[in-house]
Amino acid sequence: MPALITLKDVSFSYDDRPILDHVNLTINEHDFLGIVGPNGGGKSTLLKLILGLLTPSTGEISVFGKHPNQVRTRLGYVPQFATFDSAFPITVLDTVLQGRLGKTRSLLGYNKHDHAIAQRAMAETDVESLQKRAMTALSGGQRQRVLIARALACEPEILLLDEPTANIDPHHGESIYELLHRLHERITMILISHDVGFVSRSVTRVACLNRTLVCHATSPVDSDSINHLYSNPVSVIHHDTRLSLEDNL
Amino acid sequence: MSFFNALLEHTFLQHALFGGLLASLACGVIGSFVVVRRIGYMAGGIAHAILGGMGIAYFLGQQPMSGALISALIAAVIISRVSRVSKHGHHQEDTIISALWAVGMSIGIIFIAKTPGYNVDLMSYLFGNVLMISANDLLLIGLLDGGVLLFTLIYFKQLLALCYDPEFAGLRGIRIEWLNTLLLCMVAITVVILIQIVGLILVIAMLTLPAATARLHATTMLGMMILATALGMMITSGGLLISYNYDLPTGATTALSSGILYLVAALIPQRRHAVK
Repeated sequence: MPALITLKDVSFSYDDRPILDHVNLTINEHDFLGIVGPNGGGKSTLLKLILGLLTPSTGEISVFGKHPNQVRTRLGYVPQFATFDSAFPITVLDTVLQGRLGKTRSLLGYNKHDHAIAQRAMAETDVESLQKRAMTALSGGQRQRVLIARALACEPEILLLDEPTANIDPHHGESIYELLHRLHERITMILISHDVGFVSRSVTRVACLNRTLVCHATSPVDSDSINHLYSNPVSVIHHDTRLSLEDNL
Repeated sequence: MSFFNALLEHTFLQHALFGGLLASLACGVIGSFVVVRRIGYMAGGIAHAILGGMGIAYFLGQQPMSGALISALIAAVIISRVSRVSKHGHHQEDTIISALWAVGMSIGIIFIAKTPGYNVDLMSYLFGNVLMISANDLLLIGLLDGGVLLFTLIYFKQLLALCYDPEFAGLRGIRIEWLNTLLLCMVAITVVILIQIVGLILVIAMLTLPAATARLHATTMLGMMILATALGMMITSGGLLISYNYDLPTGATTALSSGILYLVAALIPQRRHAVK
């Protein structure tokens, strides 16, 4: 089976500041890859390279065997909500419908088919009852679910998520990971998070990124690799009570 | 004579009233985009660069409004190019817009000064002269209105995505740089319409304040546009009435009314804050 995404020897730098250094990565169908690492380690940059929003300085990226720019509409992207205007006058439904851009056959507005897909996406992320509400009236966790619904309305083959649980209280974060776990049954996913504990439980593979990428075949992350990643000792605290200590370390 | 009797009797007052109502349409719709996309400063640059085109047209014996339209569109294209380049390069967007602003005005003033014969009143370009609007001007305003509204109707969903989350819009295959240039051209056309009502110095007040007032209470972009248009109609008509009754300059009275309305609306507690 051919890989969905391959990065071959990819480096990237802003001006002269190196962000990514010779990164190699392969993503296969049904993967759920979690990428962890410190802030400024290049996590968001890696996603933007895969989306074709940035171009690598050296190396090659192919998505579905093509240049990222040619297959953009087959990917779904969930950005961090913090990056855009939280006071924008828009409803939940109108936000989710934006996922139909580039796919809709309607010249003006959206047609019934688009609305049906938007409704299904909202039902899946449990925001159907909020659809007439303004985005400004939602909590952080609800907004994040709306953005996931918008990405699902794209009918993506791969879903890329940038810190979906940043600025959300742990209870809501937990329910978002449950949602992602369900979605993984049918969609290949790449997830960025600084939340190592959460990530290692829901994903099938973990990669640690701090300019260079270190992949781990299975989910458990040991404290050695985390220390290596952050370059000084950090304490690993597990909030999870369902798994025993031996399972994790 | 009361304002309403005078309105029935004098065509210049009827023209002024209609001009204000027509201008409010483009003003409410495009002004809403200007406010949510935070490009008021760019609109200011376009408005002031227009004086250059008006001055040159006047010097050449042409209609100042045609010069205004051409220079507004040129300024819009330059500004959209600059904002595209400055994202990756070393140019500073605000510096270049300021320069365009001042250079445009200077060109206008020099050409007007060098035009032989009786000099037009520069003040009427700067502060508007709504009482001098002719039937032809009304026709032009109507046509430009139609163009702006048609554009908005056709590209509404793309424009909404561009303003809300340009990165996502680009990922969905929308050519955001091209659309952004078109939007700035629509801003330029709206500025040309508004110049005849309030003059180029006060354009920014009319372009941003009704929309900013509407935003305080609107939950959708369409709602914001409708409310901003209604407020614009109230403000231009009210400004005309007050200026007639108290013998005040109409453009300044209108712009001042929009400022007062915004302040009052901003001080009233909003529902949105109550929700949080």
